[in-house]
Amino acid sequence: MGDIKVLEAVERYIRGEMNPDERLHFENLRKTNAEIDQLVVEHTLFLQQMNRFGEWQKFRGTLHEVHTDLAEQGKINSARLTGKAKVVYLWKRYKRVAAIAASIAGITTLTMSALVWSITPQAPASEIEKLKGEIYSIKTKTSQTDKELSKVKNSINNADNTIIYKTGGTGFIIDAKGYLVTNAHVVEGAHNIAIQNNKGEFTARVVYIDQLRDIAILKIEDENFKPFTSVPYAISKTESKLAEPIFTLGFPRNDVVVYGQGYLSAKTGFNGDTLSCQLELAANRGNSGSPILNKKGEVIGILNGRLKNAEGFTYAIQGKHIYKVLDELKKDTSYQKVKISARSSIAGLEFQQQVEKVEDYVFMVKVN
Amino acid sequence: MKQEINEKPLLKGLAINDKKAVETIYRENYNMVQSLIINNNGSADDAKDIFQEAMIVLYEKVRSGTFELNCQIKTYLYSVSKRLWLKRLQQLNRYAPPIEDPESTVSVDEEIEDHEKRDAEFEMMNKAISSLGEPCKSLLEAYYLQKQNMQVIAANFGYTNADNAKNQKYKCLMRLKKIFFAHYKNENGDG
Repeated sequence: MGDIKVLEAVERYIRGEMNPDERLHFENLRKTNAEIDQLVVEHTLFLQQMNRFGEWQKFRGTLHEVHTDLAEQGKINSARLTGKAKVVYLWKRYKRVAAIAASIAGITTLTMSALVWSITPQAPASEIEKLKGEIYSIKTKTSQTDKELSKVKNSINNADNTIIYKTGGTGFIIDAKGYLVTNAHVVEGAHNIAIQNNKGEFTARVVYIDQLRDIAILKIEDENFKPFTSVPYAISKTESKLAEPIFTLGFPRNDVVVYGQGYLSAKTGFNGDTLSCQLELAANRGNSGSPILNKKGEVIGILNGRLKNAEGFTYAIQGKHIYKVLDELKKDTSYQKVKISARSSIAGLEFQQQVEKVEDYVFMVKVN
Repeated sequence: MKQEINEKPLLKGLAINDKKAVETIYRENYNMVQSLIINNNGSADDAKDIFQEAMIVLYEKVRSGTFELNCQIKTYLYSVSKRLWLKRLQQLNRYAPPIEDPESTVSVDEEIEDHEKRDAEFEMMNKAISSLGEPCKSLLEAYYLQKQNMQVIAANFGYTNADNAKNQKYKCLMRLKKIFFAHYKNENGDG
């Protein structure tokens, strides 16, 4: 145990992380204790070597990436061979055959999955409400809101050059670098997208949209955004259990994050839709795109709708589909580094504590 | 002269592993090196290997100095690639044809020697870290290479608290240092 403390001190000393008092004390210790002095010398050498090794590795990674990029864009003629060797030539031909075989396999797979999708029951649009919120509640027909509407109109007139976001939903971070997931229907036909929570408001852009699964991936593109260090929750790849307690965070109101709690009530969605699952959970407009988390700190789904005229029948797209959409996205080489954290750091905590950790990663998605 | 002034920002970018700079240098010089290798008994894969190694030599050179070469980047990369390729052919006991230079060359023997020594050190470190197995490999990489802090590592690796992660990291580190210093003393003892 003592050795660990000593080594920790040595590392902090080498990195210059000690405060002046500590440093003085440590330097005295170094003068009087030859063993510690030796350790400092030795460890400095080791850390230097590690650092250089790390940079070397990183640089090699960059080279590799650059090569692949440039070859694909045809900016270097890496794939083209000017060599005379027949073996090389044959290999090239063989590769082409392999590519054709692979693409046939690909087409077959696509056709099969298209078939499967077409068999999957589609909910009649009229019976399921998508919970995309109307930020200014224009659709609610009461005299009061009519009044508010005129207020809103006034404010629109007053603020000519600011963007007025009309509709919205919820989204949550899946990659600390600034990638979010929300519902496709939330960002449908969007011109501008902004995301907002207590951390601030940032502009974002759709990088992938899958209408069928109703999943969209957004990327925060805002110079004021500082990437997170990590994401506290993981995303579940497996099927959830019936009656599993769940909670959600979303923005059904315009300004503050709202917590909801319930349980998984059916493993499939409306009319046996295998893409989604059913939750006993109160949800409102603006909740679309909210993460559904379980006790293990895993996102098991994305809230995307509720049954009309019936409280508590809420539907969510199963979490594993996020992975599928991400795989599609990654086919674009510029997004190959998007990564979902595989481990949840909030597993087993009380919901209350989990919410505290998750809150910063859930954003209101505003669209116009 | 004008060329050299233009190339300084590129070299500065290269020294900090700036992707744009790396890409520019790569794009402007790769084809030249590839034709050198392919016209001299090599394949496209060889060309990629040799060119990337030459890029590493250049990277090390600009990091150690003042971002100044005494020649153009193009000349430097060509000279290094040629030297590396002839060496490779010798090692493989393949015929090393006399190469006629369409480009001018500069002497880079010293740099290549330094590079080979460093490369061997890094390969050793690479092997040493891999030989530790998991979770040591990922744990040490996360802390010393990706510079993540211990709380984050503890969370990502599923340790119940940072102290447990620290304990494990310490054990791994001791093993790595043992291998490292055994090699280090050998290398420097025998000359």
